[in-house]
Amino acid sequence: MPHLVADTALIFGRYARQTLRSKPALIFGMVQPLLFLVFFGPLLTDLPLGGRASSWQTIVPGILVQLGLFSASFTGIGLILERRTGVVERMRVTPVSRLALLMGRVLKDVVQLLWQSLVLVGVAVALGLRAPVLGVAIGFVFVGALTISLASLSYALAMRVSSPQGFAPVINSITMPAILLSGILLPMSLGPRWLDIASHFVPFRYLVDGVRAAFAGEYGDGKIALAALVATALGVVAVTLGARLFRQAGA
Amino acid sequence: MAVITTNGLTHTFRTKRGPVAAVRGIDLTVERGEILGFLGPNGAGKTTTLRMLTTLLPPTGGSATVAGHDLARDPAGVRRRIGYVAQSGGVDPTVSVREELVTQGRLYRMGKAEAAARAGELARDLGLAELLDRPCAALSGGQRRRLDIALGLVHRPEILFLDEPTTGLDPGSRADLWQSIRRLRAEHGMTVFLTTHYLDEAEALSDRLVIVDQGLVAAEGTAERLKAEHGGAPDATLQDAFIAITGRGTTPRNPAPLAV
Ligand SMILES: Nc1ncnc2c1ncn2[C@@H]1O[C@H](COP(=O)(O)OP(=O)(O)OP(=O)(O)O)[C@@H](O)[C@H]1O
Ligand SMILES: [Mg+2]
Repeated sequence: MPHLVADTALIFGRYARQTLRSKPALIFGMVQPLLFLVFFGPLLTDLPLGGRASSWQTIVPGILVQLGLFSASFTGIGLILERRTGVVERMRVTPVSRLALLMGRVLKDVVQLLWQSLVLVGVAVALGLRAPVLGVAIGFVFVGALTISLASLSYALAMRVSSPQGFAPVINSITMPAILLSGILLPMSLGPRWLDIASHFVPFRYLVDGVRAAFAGEYGDGKIALAALVATALGVVAVTLGARLFRQAGA
Repeated sequence: MAVITTNGLTHTFRTKRGPVAAVRGIDLTVERGEILGFLGPNGAGKTTTLRMLTTLLPPTGGSATVAGHDLARDPAGVRRRIGYVAQSGGVDPTVSVREELVTQGRLYRMGKAEAAARAGELARDLGLAELLDRPCAALSGGQRRRLDIALGLVHRPEILFLDEPTTGLDPGSRADLWQSIRRLRAEHGMTVFLTTHYLDEAEALSDRLVIVDQGLVAAEGTAERLKAEHGGAPDATLQDAFIAITGRGTTPRNPAPLAV
């Protein structure tokens, strides 16, 4: 696949420009996590959330993962609408790499998400977050990996359903339990034992724990290693599956 | 020499309400440099056939060779040599005409400068030069159709598939497009596979006609031959022949009920 990189860059550029053109969507995508940060964060400042980390070091990672989870899983909606214009078929008749059609879009989502994460962390620092730069960078890598996985699956699903009405319920029924069970809002270790155990079956939990450990500067206790393992496995499975579904979709 | 041969090409859509046999076994041959008119009533399977020949839709049966490459085994080889203008086009309303043309060239692996030069050339040829910096949403229906066609020509394909290219064009633009199609054939030996519901257009433009009905080839030959064999009278028109072959005009036999 000698053309994969150039093709991916081309597709990335097209959708990056499209995103920059729709400024309202860019801004509104940030509103929900910012509201969480400003109105939910201060509620927890004096609560003991376990560990030696400050409450901001617990909340901000949760909000970041939640932002990644939501925006990546719903990103396919745009593709469903775009399919109606005929642009997708027009591109699929050209020799452009099928994987690039997927990865160019996914990369755009990753860059957009990292940019939003940067803004969020900036605001959080203003509100009182203190975290090591290395830890924040590690956290961003995890959020980026999560975006690659979920966006790939989201686009693959979008090639298979014909309307946003067929798409949103599927995504909602996956993201809502995933968010509740992965301890995004509060650490699962605070809850009853059964809930804690249940959450261990949700892969996102390990990512949230990993990002929290990174923000707390606790690099050695295995949580980051475990998160890296889960993120890699999730990424390999999701991208392979997504790419296959994306390539096959024709009818 | 044949540039397209199909052998029992079939597509059955699987839908929730059961299978839809859109194309039920099409055998045809298209010669290099030929302009082929692919006609048939609404729902006959024209678009479905084109989507198979352009690699968008995998056949559920049969086989085809397009521009020397097997459709199933080497779709990438087919894609490099063909251009396709879909019935409903394919441009992003928010993107400018120039960006669409340049992107299309880049999708065919042209360099930046080459793609930009080609965009200018095509815009001149198809009367889009003044519109290059407009978003596609700000084009009239006919201007958009000309852009769709320009996009299909970017890489000078060996075979151009046009699905109802002139629907929505004014008579002048229609005549211009006929001119361009004849010129492409004359200058580059391009093969053109086009569908249309305008029988005058089919007759004026095509070397040969293939009439499909309910997913099968119902008749084929030059307009002259179809008129003589199926028209029923010495002065029969192509429309007489078309109706005799398909048993109806260009509207479906069982139109959908207006209200349910
Ligand atoms: N995606 C699809 N799913 C199910 N059925 C389909 C699909 N696409 C087309 N069909 C059906 O297949 C048949 C052939 O459709 P097709 O679009 O090929 O006709 P056509 O000859 O191009 O008609 P028109 O002249 O109206 O453009 C029709 O009965 C149509 O309803
Ligand atoms: Mg059609």
